Order: sequence, then structure tokens, then C-alpha cells
Amino acid sequence: MVTLTVNGGTHQTNADPATPLLYVLRDDLTLNGAKFGCGLGQCGACTVLVDGQPIYSCIAPIGALEGRQVITVEGLGTIDQPGALQRAFMAEQAAQCGYCIPGMMMRAQALLQRKPDPSDAEIRAAMQPNLCRCGTHMRILRAVRRAAGEMRSAAANIKDSTP
Amino acid sequence: MWTRILLAIIAVIVVATGAFVAYAWEPALAPVQTPDPASFDAGLKQRGTDLARLGNCNVCHVGVGDARQDGKAFAGGRALPTPFGTIYATNITPDPDTGIGSWSEGTFARAMHEGVDQQGRHLYPAFPYDHFTKLSDDDVKALYAFLMTREPVAAKTPANELPFPLNIRLAIAGWKLVFFHKGRFQPDANHDEAWNRGAYLADAVAHCGACHTPRNSLGARQQHRTFAGGSSEGWDAPALNAESPTPVPWNADSIFAYLRNGSVPLHGAAAGPMIPVVRNLAQVPEEDTRAIATYVASIAGTPTPERQRRADELIAKLNQRDREAVGHGAPPGAGAAPGREAAERSGAGRDTAARETVGLSGTSQQPASPIFAGACAQCHSETRPHGAAGAINLSLSTAVNLPDPRNAIRIVRDGLHPPAGERGALMPGFADVFSDAQIAELLAYVRARFSSAPAWSDLDGRVRRIGEGKDNS
Repeated sequence: MVTLTVNGGTHQTNADPATPLLYVLRDDLTLNGAKFGCGLGQCGACTVLVDGQPIYSCIAPIGALEGRQVITVEGLGTIDQPGALQRAFMAEQAAQCGYCIPGMMMRAQALLQRKPDPSDAEIRAAMQPNLCRCGTHMRILRAVRRAAGEMRSAAANIKDSTP
Repeated sequence: MWTRILLAIIAVIVVATGAFVAYAWEPALAPVQTPDPASFDAGLKQRGTDLARLGNCNVCHVGVGDARQDGKAFAGGRALPTPFGTIYATNITPDPDTGIGSWSEGTFARAMHEGVDQQGRHLYPAFPYDHFTKLSDDDVKALYAFLMTREPVAAKTPANELPFPLNIRLAIAGWKLVFFHKGRFQPDANHDEAWNRGAYLADAVAHCGACHTPRNSLGARQQHRTFAGGSSEGWDAPALNAESPTPVPWNADSIFAYLRNGSVPLHGAAAGPMIPVVRNLAQVPEEDTRAIATYVASIAGTPTPERQRRADELIAKLNQRDREAVGHGAPPGAGAAPGREAAERSGAGRDTAARETVGLSGTSQQPASPIFAGACAQCHSETRPHGAAGAINLSLSTAVNLPDPRNAIRIVRDGLHPPAGERGALMPGFADVFSDAQIAELLAYVRARFSSAPAWSDLDGRVRRIGEGKDNS
């Protein structure tokens, strides 16, 4: 029995400890945001956060993840209340087929948590491991910049309203 | 009587000190107007381009720092961790103030052949003039023509961070007196022209031995242990002589293919500081890389019959498994098809097929590792010679078979990444997935499963220290 903490909730699974996290997310927890792309940790479609760091969930055995905080794209917001990155990706229409987008958003989320005001070069360097075959890269870059701006002004508003 | 002895001792010390200072003192050479790039012959520049690649100048002398100089070739500023402290690679662009723009050809030749800069200061042997002293005068000329026709970059080199007395340049003169042997390359009449060409390129230009030869406590290469394996930037540079730890012996063809392509099926991919080296050697005239391969292969010589037999057995075993895999309908080296079943078929997940196979080099009794099955087996098939995406079977891996675990630790932690925008071996790093203890556990498994060499000691401590940024020279 492996206990996983996903998007703040605790889940127990009977899956073999060697099972990659992606399969447990998709098959057992029905969190279908993370996608199976290559299954080899080379394309980034399966990217989720573990303790704030982006990892390839297709090659992350669950046995190694007990006690760690897993965040998937579902953890960034809901249909009714999308998070800043999700709103930015919609506003910029950054998805074409959309298969790579959850991974892109998680990779961007990790970057913006670490660095709220990244330069274009830093965004490109951080997003480099994630592939998009449709070629929406320029829109993805715009979406990440937009989300960064929104997150910063939201943070500034909170600061301003704090006595 | 005692006074006379004392006076004699003092006289000896004074004379010796005087002699040493006279020996150590080098004159400053006059600055010159930066030569006009158009004044250099095109053929000379081309030869210089090739020699600069063969000499791997761009590996250390790369721009690091503000946006203007970051990544700029030859701008310098890159920190080189050494066991003695940090040395910063200098700016070797023709900028007159911060680079070598005011250096005459003679000044440049003195730096290459004798390790002395324009002001007459002795250079630290992190700049491998103990190799470059063997360069022919014509090749130094060509390198000068190449460097003087680069884009000048204004970038001041940071001051070195070395403790006393190593920060005294005169101390280097003492080091040179003992360890530096000035003189051009001498061909060996017992070998043919191609071998001698390779020996010259490997020794005088590419300075392979700077990393692949062990150094003594004063940082000098141990001449009697040439190519017995050294280190560079926190990585082990494997032995190239008969002590080579590779499960399959290298030969001239495989070395050539490796130096051109960055990886070969029976040895794996270049990693760490070797990645920029193979990238350089892929771009020089093929016959130059071939000559280096010929020479390097001769260092190890013909493998012993016992070593060759073990290698043949290993290859036969892997090929046998490959045929069996084909028999079961899975193409050799196939990538995982989408879905859980495919991942399980390739060794991940709940399937136990991989665990039932006997060890290829290591013990067959090794209990299964869920970490290996879930993270590694998708690419590094335990049973086939080549896994998905060309990943090597770890029985063939040099890193897994080295006496020291640090290359393997670094590869597991950081993965392998080709230079931005270029082709090359790609492996994701696992530092953010696994704890230090899990990486140590994984590597203990991998060593036992895939190598017949003894277990690595203190894996926990080694993984932890490397994670803390230590063990990096």
C-alpha cells in the first residue's frame, strides 16, 4: 500500500511501488490532466510538480513519492475558477491540439513559483524540456508572460490591501 | 668558525634565491596594435579554426556573466574548480583591454609554449601549456590567426580565488622547475605517420591527458601513470590505458565513432565535460579525429584474451536476448508504445518479466528494485542490448563499471543534456524525484545488477556530498 498526497488530498493505492505516478493519476485517481506522451521522460506531456519541482510523472515510481506533495494541472484551478496560468493559456489561445498544455502549465508554474518575474530567456530555458508538436510555442511564451504579470499584480494587490 | 659557517649558509641561500628569481623572472612583452583581421591568410585561419576545435579552447574560454558576454565564445569568465581553488578562464578574444588584442604573435607563442603572459607573469597550469609547449610553431601561428579574427568582447576576467601561497605567481615558477618540460613534439620513429599525427593532436593539441591522466598532490600529471584515468570538474575521466574499465574494450573504430557522434552502441554516450569535446571533434577534418582514435586505441593496446572473451560473452548474451525479444513480437530497441501495458512490458509497473531474467554481469540473485523498474527500465531495458531511444544496456555502461561512483551519481541526478538546440543523448535527471538515500539505493542495485566490479562504498555519503555541490574538482 502506497500513500500519495495529490493536490492536497491523501490517496492510498494498491498499485505496485514501481508503477509510474502517471498511471496512478490517470487510471486510479482519474486525474487525466497529465498526459502520456513518450513514456520515456523526453517530451514533458506528463509533467507534474513534486515538492514544487517539475518532474516527469511517466518515469517517477510511486514507491519513491510517499510523503511528497504532488500537484497536477487540476490543482491549479477548476473549470469554474481557473488559476492564473490556466486563464492566461485560454486568453492567449495557447493550445492547438492541447496535448502538451497541462505539462507546459506545470513547468511554467514551477518557474513562476521560483521566479515571479522571469526574462524571456529564462522562460525559454525553463520551458525547453517540454515539446509541442503543433508549434504554438510563441503563444505559450505569451501565456507564461501574461500569467507572470497577473500573478505579480495579484500579489501586489494583496500586499497593498494588507494594513 | 661558526660565524664562517653561518655566513656560508647565508651566502648559499642568497645565491640560490638570486638564481631562482633570475630563473623565474620573465620580461613583460610590449603591447602592439591589434592586428587587422583582414591581414591573416584564409588558409591559416581555417587551420586555426580546426586546431582551436581540436584543442577545445571553447570548453573553458567561454563567456559567463552579464547578458553581453554570456555564452560568447572565447570571452572567458568561466569558473574552473580545481583542488586548489577556483581559476577563471581568461578572455582570449582580440579585445585590447580585457582580451589578448594587444598581444603580438611572439607574446602569444610564449604563452602557449612557456606559460607566461604578456606582463611576464607565470600562468597557472589549469591552462595546459604543459601540452601546448609541444605545438609546432606553424600551428601556434594558425591559432593566433584564428583568435585575432574573432569578435572582440569586452569582458574583464574575475580574479582567481586561490589561497596563499598559490596566489603568488612566482610560486608557479617553482612548480614549473619541477614539473614543466618545455619542448616541441618529437615523433616516434617506431610508429607510422598516422599514429604520430594522432599522438601530436592528442598530446600537443587536444590535451587528452590533462583529464585522463591522474595528478599528484601538487596538480602535476603523474608521468608514469599516463592515461591511467584522472578527473575534471567533478567527473572521473576514465582510464584510456590497459586499466580501462569498460566492459567491452575500445578499438580505433569505436573511438572514432564515439568522438564523431558522441555515443556508440557498445559504450554509451559522452557525459559531463566530454560532451563539448566530442562536439568539437565532430567538426574537425575526419582524418584528424581518425588519427586521434588510432593513437588512443594504441594506448590500451590489444586487450588480453581473457578480457576479450568476457566482452564477447556479454555481447553474445545481449544479442541472444535481443533475438528472444524479437521472437516474442517486440522489435529490438523499440520505444514504448503508449499506455500502461507497454510500460509494463518494458519493465516498469507490475510486470515481473524483467526481474526473472538472470543478471548479465552481476549477480542473478539481486532482488528487484522498484525504483529501477519504475524510473529506468523504460529506456534501460534490463534484458536487451539497447532500450528505447537508443539508451544503453547498463551492463555496457562505463559509468556503472568505473571504480568510483561519482559519474553515475551525477548522471542519475542531473541526466544528460545535449547543448541547446543540438542533437545528442538525452536523459532526464532524477534529483527532484528521488531522495539522496533513494539514489544511493538505486545505484547500489545498478552496480550489483549490471557490473561484476565490487560494490561502491559510502554511496549515501557520496550522493549527499555531490547534492550539496561538493566533490566538484
